[in-house]
Amino acid sequence: MIDREQVLHVARLARLRLDDAEVETMAGELSGILEHVDRIADLDLEGVEPTSHVVHLENVLRADRPWTSLPPAVALASAPEPFDGAFRVPSPQADAD
Amino acid sequence: MSDLLDLTVAEAAAKIAAGEVSAEEYGDAWRAAAATDDLNAYLWTADHASSLEPDWKGAGESAPAGEGEATPYGSNAPAPADSGPLAGVPIAVKDIFTTQGIPTTAGSRILEGYRPPYTATAVRKLAAAGAQVLGKTNMDEFAMGSSNENSGYGPVLNPWDRGRVPGGSSGGSAAAVAGGLAPAALGTDTGGSIRQPASLCGIVGLKPTYGAISRFGMIAFASSLDQCGPLTRDVADAALLLGVLEGKDPLDSTSVGLDAGVSLPTREDLAGLRFGVPKEIGAAALDPGVRAVFEATIARIEELGGAVAEVALPHAEHGISAYYVIAPAEASSNLARYDGVRYGMRVNGDEDLIEMYESTRSQGFGAEVKRRIMLGTYALSSGYYEAYYGQAQKVRTRIAGDFDAAFEDVDFVVTPTSPSVAFGLGEKTADPLAMYLNDFFTVPMSLAGIPAISIPAGLAAPEGAGDGAAPMPVGFQIAAPAFGEQKLLEAAHALEGALGFAAAAGDAVPWKGGARA
Amino acid sequence: MPELEAVIGLEIHVQLSTRSKMFCGCEVSFGDEPNTHTCPICLAHPGVLPVPNEEAIRSALKIGMALDCEIAPRSIFHRKNYFYPDNPKAYQISQYDIPICGPGRLGDIRITRAHLEEDAAKTIHVGESGRIHGSAASLVDFNRGGTPLVEIVTEPDLRGAAEAADWARLLRETVRQLGVSDVNMEEGSLRVDANVSVRPAGSSELGTKTELKNMNSFRFLQRGIEAELERQREVIGAGGTVEQETLHFDPATGDLTSLRSKEEAHDYRYFPEPDLVAIAPTQAMLAEARESLPELPAARIARYEGELRLDPEQAKRFAAEPDLSDYFEAVLDAAGAGAGPGPDGIEPRVIANWVSGDLIAALRAADKADEDFRDPTVPPAALAALAKLVAAKTISHGSGRKVLTVLVEQGGDPQEIIEREGLAQMGGSDGELAGIVAAAIEADPAAAEQIRSGNGKAIGAIVGAVMRETKGRADGGEVNRLIREQLGL
Ligand SMILES: [Mg+2]
Ligand SMILES: [Zn+2]
Repeated sequence: MIDREQVLHVARLARLRLDDAEVETMAGELSGILEHVDRIADLDLEGVEPTSHVVHLENVLRADRPWTSLPPAVALASAPEPFDGAFRVPSPQADAD
Repeated sequence: MSDLLDLTVAEAAAKIAAGEVSAEEYGDAWRAAAATDDLNAYLWTADHASSLEPDWKGAGESAPAGEGEATPYGSNAPAPADSGPLAGVPIAVKDIFTTQGIPTTAGSRILEGYRPPYTATAVRKLAAAGAQVLGKTNMDEFAMGSSNENSGYGPVLNPWDRGRVPGGSSGGSAAAVAGGLAPAALGTDTGGSIRQPASLCGIVGLKPTYGAISRFGMIAFASSLDQCGPLTRDVADAALLLGVLEGKDPLDSTSVGLDAGVSLPTREDLAGLRFGVPKEIGAAALDPGVRAVFEATIARIEELGGAVAEVALPHAEHGISAYYVIAPAEASSNLARYDGVRYGMRVNGDEDLIEMYESTRSQGFGAEVKRRIMLGTYALSSGYYEAYYGQAQKVRTRIAGDFDAAFEDVDFVVTPTSPSVAFGLGEKTADPLAMYLNDFFTVPMSLAGIPAISIPAGLAAPEGAGDGAAPMPVGFQIAAPAFGEQKLLEAAHALEGALGFAAAAGDAVPWKGGARA
Repeated sequence: MPELEAVIGLEIHVQLSTRSKMFCGCEVSFGDEPNTHTCPICLAHPGVLPVPNEEAIRSALKIGMALDCEIAPRSIFHRKNYFYPDNPKAYQISQYDIPICGPGRLGDIRITRAHLEEDAAKTIHVGESGRIHGSAASLVDFNRGGTPLVEIVTEPDLRGAAEAADWARLLRETVRQLGVSDVNMEEGSLRVDANVSVRPAGSSELGTKTELKNMNSFRFLQRGIEAELERQREVIGAGGTVEQETLHFDPATGDLTSLRSKEEAHDYRYFPEPDLVAIAPTQAMLAEARESLPELPAARIARYEGELRLDPEQAKRFAAEPDLSDYFEAVLDAAGAGAGPGPDGIEPRVIANWVSGDLIAALRAADKADEDFRDPTVPPAALAALAKLVAAKTISHGSGRKVLTVLVEQGGDPQEIIEREGLAQMGGSDGELAGIVAAAIEADPAAAEQIRSGNGKAIGAIVGAVMRETKGRADGGEVNRLIREQLGL
């Protein structure tokens, strides 16, 4: 019910690389899970409000008061490739932003 | 010395406060015990502290002075040992909570060696109450699992039977408390990750109402479901920790706290309290041994003066389906930040960007995490959103409605915590769906956001195990309406006393020397 | 081949000038050292949570009200998921199906929506510098990451490049006067993208649109749209079809280059942000925002063209300079000229000319070009008095300018200045002017003769002589009258 192509498409969206074997097992496992999940597809839930959250708070806001930021050394402490006070990454080959 | 370790947290805190026990002596005893970890329960313990370079330090010191404004910074340094309800008490912390300068991995290789520049609110509250971080406990990677076999750092063993799993995802926390390696531990519960391991390890596990405790600094799995809670030897300790942990946090928009606070439960009977047994349990897949303990526990409730009635949770059976859409969907987004740019693992940084992303994430994440990221990405992708995510959210509404209706007639809903006792290592790893069904009884409360506690109710022989097999603990789950924690703790305390689990299990209980022998 | 009309819609990102970021307390900054305004939240460290900035909500409400938008009683945030180094969480917190500001309008252009979101970080492409091996690299600076943005989207109501640029200027002026943003296109606190298509004039369908980005000035916005319209007309003229794509404007060359499309179509997988609760503006929040709104350019233009009958150019100019505009209205009041001709028959247009013409000129001449009209050199009452004296022909307009120069340089009271400088106009009442006219006629009999024999032009010579004699204090009309009278015409 979910085929190779879909698996590959979803993997691309999720920035995961799967080898051929993984694609096969993934297709099988996801299909099995979705088969179980699909039972809810048959429920008639017309007009039922979806619940995305159980807390019913509103307007929880923060005063516009600046706080002290991290010292750059700390901000960059875990960076895989710090350079010149910034985080270095391979250049995106596609669009310049 | 070992009698120090037999004290509950409440007892020890009282003795320390009264000057009968020295905080140093008590802390040293637990650090020594933690150092004997042979369950792979800990990923880091306090005696590793010396091995840390201080390159993270600036963060705490850079917190705005005197502004009184909440900031994400703050150290793990405990308040003076003579102050606070947990003064001098060491607590094990699930590795999903950030601890400034202390390695924090959430059980994932993608965060190997990562040391956060800030500390989770829950841990700061423990420290402010005088507690110390005893160690960081092992867990299923990013809290995805029910057996702790999904940890990037190896499985945790169940102290009752090292051939079996401790449950998950808070398996390290549960094993540490049950195995006498920690007096109490912090865990997180998204679909049962505190209650199920507590059940499988014969201890108490509390999942509070969603919003009772801040999620700030708790590494996100499924944001609308994740909730922090204590794993303890008894109900009183769970209450003590909840009282310290609860509260509205300006750094968590979704936190509410518990207005009335929490007091130590004292109740001994259940007179006038009504317990609802979902009629769906009759048909549920449940090990006979677990069913027997459940029925015996119902009988005890009646002996204690509690009224037992049947309630209906018609949509609960769809809980697993809804949960395994909603949780992976949120997780697929929450785990997208692990991209090799700012911290953690980076692979093929010299290739192009896409290559770096895909190599890093494919090598950094384990199989179960990839599976759920794929599942969640699929459920949110265009064309499938309504059929999966949208529909699952409606099921969630229905399940919450079922509980509302049930709580019209009863004070609590009770179920077995887990359909089976602890299963063997590797027994279910081949079949993800079978593994997911472990959460059958715990997921509905998570979806409804209501509090639930698992207390040890008895022992049962594992299904299909030979006569020689040690009997394993069985947990009993009690759920209450949102923010009904105090009443829930009182009832659990009364039942706990009547069941006398630890006494009945005798020397089989690992923390009575079993693990330390 | 029917003529192809332009169909243009704009997407404007306004960077709010709050003190701190949208979801964390880091300071909003520009041009500081890289990564000096970051924290675990805007670096998307594990475990962090966002908390919205209340000032950003207030600013969004002001913008919504200024654009006549329906304010949503309850709006929520969504996650827009995509991987990019400048997007640390790999999702942008934005608004999707329920934006805080719904449909509205500014001038003749309909607003589709205005919503809150967070800005991306800055990526600087640095080629291979400093790398031993491997492909070209970029450096990411998270100072800008998380700055509050309001994204404003219009309906495709604009019909030309110039119209689009003009409307964008009006929007910029409107937002600037709200005081919620620097709206500086060069610095990127105002970013205008254009969706451009063409269709047969009169058709109601929309053609395939292209999206134009990176036009960092109004001039470039206009040039970019013009270039793209021309390109699309050529493509269709040649029997081709326009394909949907994003085009990047190069300010250096003025060229539009197509951005290589990503290897797969975007699928942003929007879903409600579970870390945030809904925004439901209370009556208090709405009232506070509404009370803080100044009179905005569109409204001023309408009032000045309508009630005050100023010409459109002058109305636009005042609307773009609220301080000058308020000064103008103060002079108007002082002259008692409120709306329409005042008690002394003085027209608002006349006051407007004094303010935007003579006064500005006098100030410039005195090196006071950057006059702050909230603390004016010439008090409104003084300019009003002067304008009235001229209107009443007590002095000529020319003398009025001289008085104004004195007012600008030394201040004082117009009446006194006129007496001190002897600028009072010579009316017909006293005989002095009549005498000078008689002398002038006598001095130029030839001209007098020509006038009598009907050569109207010849009168100029005598008028000129009288003006020289009176140093311009005489009123031209009066002089003409006296000449004809004395020649018995
Ligand atoms: Mg946008
Ligand atoms: Zn920040």
